[in-house]
Amino acid sequence: MSVNRAQRVDLEVVTDLIPAKSRVLDVGSGDGVLLELLQETKQVDGRGLELSQRGVNECVARGLSVIQGDADTDLKFYADKGFDFVVLSQTLQATRNPKVVLDELLRIGNRAIVSFPNFGHWRVRFSLLIKGRMPVTKDLPYSWYDTPNIHFCTIRDFVNLCEELGATVEKATALDANGQKIGLSMPWWFWNFFGQQAVFLLRR
Amino acid sequence: MAAQRAPRTNDEADHPSSPVLQFGPDKPLKLDAGTLLSPFQIAYQTYGSLNDARSNAILVCHALTGDQHVANTNPVTGKPGWWEVLIGPGRIIDTNRFFVICANVIGGCLGSTGPASTNPATGKPYGLDLPIITIRDMVRAQAMLVDHFGIEKLFCVLGGSMGGMQVLEWAASYPERVFSALPIATGARHSSQNIAFHEVGRQAVMADPDWHGGKYLEFGKRPEKGLAVARMAAHITYLSEAALHRKFGRNLQDREALTFGFDADFQIESYLRHQGMTFVDRFDANSYLYLTRAMDYFDLAADHGGRLADAFAGTKTRFCLVSFTSDWLFPTEESRSIVHALNAAGASVSFVEIETDRGHDAFLLDEPELFAAINGFIGSAARARGLSL
Repeated sequence: MSVNRAQRVDLEVVTDLIPAKSRVLDVGSGDGVLLELLQETKQVDGRGLELSQRGVNECVARGLSVIQGDADTDLKFYADKGFDFVVLSQTLQATRNPKVVLDELLRIGNRAIVSFPNFGHWRVRFSLLIKGRMPVTKDLPYSWYDTPNIHFCTIRDFVNLCEELGATVEKATALDANGQKIGLSMPWWFWNFFGQQAVFLLRR
Repeated sequence: MAAQRAPRTNDEADHPSSPVLQFGPDKPLKLDAGTLLSPFQIAYQTYGSLNDARSNAILVCHALTGDQHVANTNPVTGKPGWWEVLIGPGRIIDTNRFFVICANVIGGCLGSTGPASTNPATGKPYGLDLPIITIRDMVRAQAMLVDHFGIEKLFCVLGGSMGGMQVLEWAASYPERVFSALPIATGARHSSQNIAFHEVGRQAVMADPDWHGGKYLEFGKRPEKGLAVARMAAHITYLSEAALHRKFGRNLQDREALTFGFDADFQIESYLRHQGMTFVDRFDANSYLYLTRAMDYFDLAADHGGRLADAFAGTKTRFCLVSFTSDWLFPTEESRSIVHALNAAGASVSFVEIETDRGHDAFLLDEPELFAAINGFIGSAARARGLSL
């Protein structure tokens, strides 16, 4: 399983937010790296929802409770507050309707944890401003025509959406290009400019 | 020919090659039809040994035309057990590690009480005097067998197709007795199309003059033609168009050109005829009627107020569902609706759809992805159950 460094830090930030033995739903579980990490380090009761059949089969073969399904259409089948935490890691930007998905996360989990690449990062802005091209970076390696990421947002955009949905931000972390956490004392604009990834802990 | 072969099935029905557990008048089987079946018997096979904690038992539920000979040479056909690729010493379901039980279903014809069994009240085969059997009746009888072994909680219940229906029924009826459940290529109810195919099969059996209103054994006959046609029609539903085309195409059978007649010109015709003919050697026609009916009647949601999630409310059982992309008898959507119900019930559930062109029967075949999924699921369930590796 290949996980790049920034992603790994993202997983660690998410893991740190979850107390031991919690009930966790991982939406977009990929090949199960986060669920496995959570089970090993936090002994969570973990479940997963993953779009790609290959990812699901890999997860199940490794003993994880994962089902094939689409965050856009299948979250409605989960009961209200069925989980302590619902995690959406690096998936929000690939959903067709991020607002509905986020609303569902807040319904299903007592807490929602959402991580996403920040489109307000200076490299992204630089690419558009100077090169006049859609950004292609190490973490966002796709061209505009083949990207699964159809709904990018900036950290500021995301905070606005949370407000709209009546969600309280309990904790937020931004990671810079090296996977380092950006100091809490820094203002939002600084996060939005230098944060390459963001991790939010939400509740409603 | 028919008269000569008839006694063999009948022998297996009353005096099977398997161990038999008999239930006397003090232990009747309560049937959904509203009557009691008594006395009755269950023929079963076991593999491996039960541990001291009685926590390593796996119950395998067989499909429509399966039997209890899941991992040993079949006494009727001489062929390997129907799931020997999966179950045995050193296999994925390792009988060095697990105690595996497989019982012939009630209504079957290999030793558990069914229409070919002798009715003690008349001394003749039951025939159609046997009450209609349901999936829940089969499971109720299996629970009595499991009681007999002193097993409070099964580590796993698994099966495909009609076997998968039994797995779902087990999980719904005895949630506290099922640690993990593995229903494969199945549905929580039989679809209209599936009932339709079964009805074609039953009508073929009953249209055969040798059926004799179900009393053929008394006449020393068997409705072989009708049952063979039923099997031929059903067999098509177990395959897929792509697999049929890959295997047979429009290839001719042992000939260079069309014969302009109704011989089996095409390989597919010859293949189906063979399937039909070998089936009647090992299966009782009335059993076929009873078991297809049991599947038709199965509707787990209807048994729970119309809401499937309520069948699994509060369940602690760990589930893993498997479907196959080319299965049009129990398409993936059937499994998915069970998964959604389990999600709504907050159950622990995995769900794997396997890409294959081998249709419904893929669950019986050597499918590496199926085995990987079963291996992963059983392994993690065993760890959770505290079973040593």
